[in-house]
Amino acid sequence: MARAVSTRRKVFFTVLAWTVGLLIFFPILWTILTSFKSEGEAIMTPPHFLFFDWTLEGYHEVQARSNYFLYMMNSVWLSFGSTLLGLLVAVPAAWAMAFSPTKRTRGILLWMLSTKMLPAVGVLIPIYLIFQKLGLLDTRLGLIVVLFLINLPIIVWMLYTYFKEIPGEILEAARMDGANLRKEILYVLTPMAVPGIASTVLLNIILAWNEAFWTLNLTTHDAAPLTVFIASYSSPEGLFWAKLSAASTLAIAPILVLGWFSQKQLVRGLTFGAVK
Amino acid sequence: MKAKTILAGAASLLALTAYAKAETLTIATVNNGDMIRMQGLTDDFTKANPDIQLNWVTLEENVLRQKVTTDIATKGGQYDVMTIGTYEVPIWAKNGWLVSLGDLGDDYDVDDLLPPIRNALSADGTLYAAPFYGESVMTLYRKDLFDKAGVTMPEKPTWDFIKDAASKITDKNAGVYGICLRGKPGWGENMAFLGNLARDYGANYFDANWKPQFESEGWKKAIEFYVDLMKNYGPPGAASNGFNENLALFGSGKCGMWMDATVAASFVTDPKQSQVADKVGFAKAPCGEENCPNDGANWLWAWSLAIPAGSQKQDAAEKFIAWATSKHYAELVAGKEGWANVPPGTRTSLYDNPDYQKAAPFAKQTLAAINAADPSSGPDKPYNGLQYAAIPEFQGLGTAVGQIFAAAVSGQMSADQALQGAQATATREMTKAGYIK
Amino acid sequence: MATTNTQATARVMMAPSVIILLLWMIVPLAMTIYFSTLNYNLFNPAETPFIGFLNYEYFLTDPAFLTALTNTLILVLGVLAITVIGGILLALLLDQAMWGAGIVRLLVIAPFFVMPTVSALVWKNMMMNPVYGLIGQFTRALGLGTVDWLSQVPLLSIIIIVSWEWLPFAVLILLTALQSLSEDQKEAAEMDGAGFLSIFWYITLPHIARAITVVILIETIFLLSIFAEIYVTTGGGPGNATTNIPYLVYAQALLQFDVGGASAGGIVAVILANIVAFFLVRLVGKNLET
Repeated sequence: MARAVSTRRKVFFTVLAWTVGLLIFFPILWTILTSFKSEGEAIMTPPHFLFFDWTLEGYHEVQARSNYFLYMMNSVWLSFGSTLLGLLVAVPAAWAMAFSPTKRTRGILLWMLSTKMLPAVGVLIPIYLIFQKLGLLDTRLGLIVVLFLINLPIIVWMLYTYFKEIPGEILEAARMDGANLRKEILYVLTPMAVPGIASTVLLNIILAWNEAFWTLNLTTHDAAPLTVFIASYSSPEGLFWAKLSAASTLAIAPILVLGWFSQKQLVRGLTFGAVK
Repeated sequence: MKAKTILAGAASLLALTAYAKAETLTIATVNNGDMIRMQGLTDDFTKANPDIQLNWVTLEENVLRQKVTTDIATKGGQYDVMTIGTYEVPIWAKNGWLVSLGDLGDDYDVDDLLPPIRNALSADGTLYAAPFYGESVMTLYRKDLFDKAGVTMPEKPTWDFIKDAASKITDKNAGVYGICLRGKPGWGENMAFLGNLARDYGANYFDANWKPQFESEGWKKAIEFYVDLMKNYGPPGAASNGFNENLALFGSGKCGMWMDATVAASFVTDPKQSQVADKVGFAKAPCGEENCPNDGANWLWAWSLAIPAGSQKQDAAEKFIAWATSKHYAELVAGKEGWANVPPGTRTSLYDNPDYQKAAPFAKQTLAAINAADPSSGPDKPYNGLQYAAIPEFQGLGTAVGQIFAAAVSGQMSADQALQGAQATATREMTKAGYIK
Repeated sequence: MATTNTQATARVMMAPSVIILLLWMIVPLAMTIYFSTLNYNLFNPAETPFIGFLNYEYFLTDPAFLTALTNTLILVLGVLAITVIGGILLALLLDQAMWGAGIVRLLVIAPFFVMPTVSALVWKNMMMNPVYGLIGQFTRALGLGTVDWLSQVPLLSIIIIVSWEWLPFAVLILLTALQSLSEDQKEAAEMDGAGFLSIFWYITLPHIARAITVVILIETIFLLSIFAEIYVTTGGGPGNATTNIPYLVYAQALLQFDVGGASAGGIVAVILANIVAFFLVRLVGKNLET
């Protein structure tokens, strides 16, 4: 009896959860489906869901217009580069804040976060001028630095909350055993911090991949990532639903796949210290 | 390990791009159909000029404009060729930002350019940008729907006739809307149409003392007419339809009439892009008043190619511009895609060409409209331009006012409120910029 | 506990982050403050006379400014309400036993990986477009007529799009928090005859309170600078209906090319951000105790 009820309950929740899940996923699914339609098919009323002539027309046209791989490689460069650079600078800072907190630590943290609330466009002209003087316009290096800077606060904060959960006693014990600071970080902390670091890395890759203001305004061709690629499809002439869908699918596919595969690692550290 | 492979791959990619940089032109252009076609035809150019490589930066109009303007004003030097319009050319030329195009080669034939377009792209008699395609305004309509409703389009319609015809064609249950017009806010979107409409009723943006004219009789008539027309016979979502959206609507058979840039004609008659290709008729742009100022042609625009003064590769850039705007390019497109797809509105020779006249049923209307459009300033109109005013402040002002009129179309405010708001906004901006003392 | 030695080391370790961020903030900020006192139009960069506070005066007395301020608040609060409440409900749902829970979770979190530009384009063209959009086709098929989302209920449309992007984030964090709640506690409460609601109210909610604050904090930081979604869909309109502070500054900087005015707007936005930061500190103060 009890079992029957729980099965019924399970069926109910399965159906409900799948319905909600599919509803949320639907815009993405629809985009992917539309990307395989011809332009005429894409605006059919009523729309065809699965039974239409599948075609790669949209993808061919997109590829003929812009070399997708150039943009994608730039996206990879920028997101991985800025995240690595961020880790390099943020790990020591977060470590210091977590293990040698002072009265000002929280203030500094929140100040760092508040730098993220500023509207980027207000400082576009100054940054553009600085970049131009330094010869950084349309270079991967310049963009890596900018993306590193805008995500640094989040990296520091995520790592900080994660490090803080590492019990201080372990460090004390290591110190007793005569470990110095370097060893402390290398052999004691790092292994414990790996899940947190992994999820920080993933979140930042996602944020950097999707950043669309600086990447659009500070690049022209050589360093242009996928956000620039998509900008040439945002309102083309004539019928464009299939092409837009193909370009959108191409722009989000790599990061979506990465996100799905690393979902477990991402979630584990994405708690910002909210789970004790 | 993984990171290493990626790094190695990226490094080789970097090396490749560096190697190819013998003489690479970076070209910024709009993602309009004609430009995308040009991008596909560049082999013809690079074969003749093997030492020149082309990097295309193809962007949506607004993004393009903000990027090239930022770059040229800060002397960023990121581009060698820029696609700009008749609005920018005189302002930028005055600032010394553009290289003058005195010498485009012997067979370029500058005198072949249509006079109104050439004048719009010149400052003090010197050409600063070469037109890629030019446009004025015309009426496009569906012959089949007109036949069905028993209406005949006169050669020179009036706006009152258009309204009457729209009411007869509209069949909302069948998804057919009598009229599609621009509503998407932007100085180059709805304001291009509305500025033209206001001129049909005899009104300008500013008077001789730079006082905004939005509360004048002409603007009142224009906006009231427009809002009423769109509410009753326009498609849903008219307030977010720009040129491209209307092109899609018309091409998928949802619109009975459409008054817009003449360049639309070659798209809606192309069976690859339009489901109504063989059913489109063309007429002059409507008149609002008896004497019909400018013959209804209150619109002139040309997307043009220019070289920023900061470019290090001016010779190569000039070669490219000469190629892209030449007669040879027109023949190239004609050979590959047919005469109807040649970029219109720039050269007299194209309109004299019998092949073109045969392939393009809209040729005569386009030429007449462009030649009738005179954008020069006059005693009661202190600025250049018809559907826009060629002063730096117009972009911001026009877009802000365009937002207000979009709100009127979407029913958030009345036409009167919109006109008042527009007048207040424009007066404020003009005062700040120092035009109104 | 910490010795002066480790304190000093800690300072050295923090230094790069703090210094780099300070530079990143102060150099552009100084330039922005300077520009904000000039009559500096990008179209006329040769003449940039000093005009004092005139740019500020124009920015603050712009009728669009108050609207933008209200819109920013409505946008942030609306999205927060939807994502937090929706996030709690969804997290509770996903926490139940079911078949294929892993796949459902993948479906739910997917929007978080989508670029804001792309999601705005997809919603605008494929979902909300009154003629071709799926929502419109669906409601028409039901005989309900069409809502022209982006011009009739523009701000709500933006809130929906942004909520769709941020809901997965809330679900992820809240779900992780929920799963750390021990079953024993819930079972004990059930034994005592507590109903679903009272378990939720007295046990679950306090347990995830901290996670909720984190969601609010992080989302607020990102929501205050929402830009791409508005830029792609409505361009701040119709009228000023969807203009928020970042978009207003954008309009000054890149539609009007008025660098002076945009700089003044940028400074105003900085001050506003600091006010919000102040309140956030109060809000999260207890929950993020060091």
